[in-house]
Amino acid sequence: MSQIPAELKYTKSHEWIRVEADGSLTIGITDHAQEALGDLVFVETPEAGQSFATGDAAAVVESVKAASDVYAPVAGEVLSGNETLADAPETLNDDPYGEGWIFKLQPSDPGELDGLMGVDGYAEFLKSEQ
Amino acid sequence: MAQTTPLYQKHQQANAKLVDFAGWDMPLHYGSQVEEHHAVRRDAGMFDVSHMCAVDVAGTQAQAFLQYLLANDVARAASGKAIYSCMLNEQGGVVDDLIVYVLDGFYRVVVNAGTADKDVAWMQARSEGFDVEIKVRRDLGIVAVQGPNAREKALPALPQAYRAQAAELGVFQCVGDADGLIGRTGYTGEDGFECILPVGQLPALWDALTAAGVAPCGLGARDTLRMEAGMNLYGQDMDDNVTPLQAGLGWTVAWEPAERDFVGRKALQKQKAEGGLPRFVGLVLEGRGIMRAHQEVETPAGQGEVTSGGFSPTAGVSIALARIPRGDFDRVEINIRNKSVPARVVKAPFVRNGKILIDLPEASS
Repeated sequence: MSQIPAELKYTKSHEWIRVEADGSLTIGITDHAQEALGDLVFVETPEAGQSFATGDAAAVVESVKAASDVYAPVAGEVLSGNETLADAPETLNDDPYGEGWIFKLQPSDPGELDGLMGVDGYAEFLKSEQ
Repeated sequence: MAQTTPLYQKHQQANAKLVDFAGWDMPLHYGSQVEEHHAVRRDAGMFDVSHMCAVDVAGTQAQAFLQYLLANDVARAASGKAIYSCMLNEQGGVVDDLIVYVLDGFYRVVVNAGTADKDVAWMQARSEGFDVEIKVRRDLGIVAVQGPNAREKALPALPQAYRAQAAELGVFQCVGDADGLIGRTGYTGEDGFECILPVGQLPALWDALTAAGVAPCGLGARDTLRMEAGMNLYGQDMDDNVTPLQAGLGWTVAWEPAERDFVGRKALQKQKAEGGLPRFVGLVLEGRGIMRAHQEVETPAGQGEVTSGGFSPTAGVSIALARIPRGDFDRVEINIRNKSVPARVVKAPFVRNGKILIDLPEASS
């Protein structure tokens, strides 16, 4: 069973979102997602200043198997990408909710966060997907 | 309902991630595909490839039949030898690629899982007029043990009947009979054995190999290993519409003796005479990203295509096999998600017997 930390928010495309104290968002992919992808071998993160609409492809993660997009869970402007992943993509497998974060985003409309799933919603969603 | 191999329970017990492959429930990996890949390059790994199908060809005209059926010439292999060949259609396209083990009085052909039914039907249809018996051997399963320490670790686990002879096998040699076969062959670029045994014996073999410290490896690692070894994958690098001459397999076509009339020969001769054949090459990505099958390759001589691409765990860079136009150049650009990423043309294999045979891009060395 994959880990689903209670304090995070989730999307149906398996991103997790942590709302920081200053209102910015840290975004990564869930334990379930990294496990389904297998060994990650390449990560392309967005650059500070890039703007995304909700659902835009913001980053790319590639495993030995396939390439997958990571989507912006809400609209906003990128504050930073996790550049350490370029040289150590396996961090995403080892620590998906910690050192394996992918990018930080300043949301344009914090109200949009209400549309994301909580831990229970995501756990239910994973069950329904199986 | 997917088919399962005699080792299905072993895979479940080892927490394999099982995926559908050509109608078979097969292990993709047992935790980490990359670790399994390294196990084969550095020590020893084993693969359940029982989805592949052994077909025995016997009869007074078995040799003449295979000389007609296959682009390579089985007469070049004495008893106790293995030979790799393509089986072609009349247009020269590859029906399948396969290994023929030459045994005393008969031949054992091993074909791909996804094409097995098509292959057997094709063989049956071509066999008209030959005194041959074609027997599908689904009572036999196959385990490949590969790696620098594979033979040493596997030998004590092999059935007594083949053990002594298996220890003496040279590369691409085999020992076998109606009940089984051990070949010093493989699909990884490492030394090792392929063990074709009655399905009932496979679980015990698997357990003995596990006890000997051989790592179970899935189809994921099998794919990255064969790509590093520069070996083609049927359905990806070639298929019914691609000839061996377009897929880097010209070396497997036995043109001599000239009077040997094999299926597809005329089409291949015509294609060869016309010239302008593409190059089938290795690529090493010099920029960031991962090459994948079907990506476009921009060259000074026109467009080509990646046929197999991915990440090389041994070299730590993305490598690919590709079909590109003829020309004197070694720099190309790969279209990866609408970005042009530079790559270098190299000669495959990329890795053989644990050694990297290509120059790596500076950034990754």
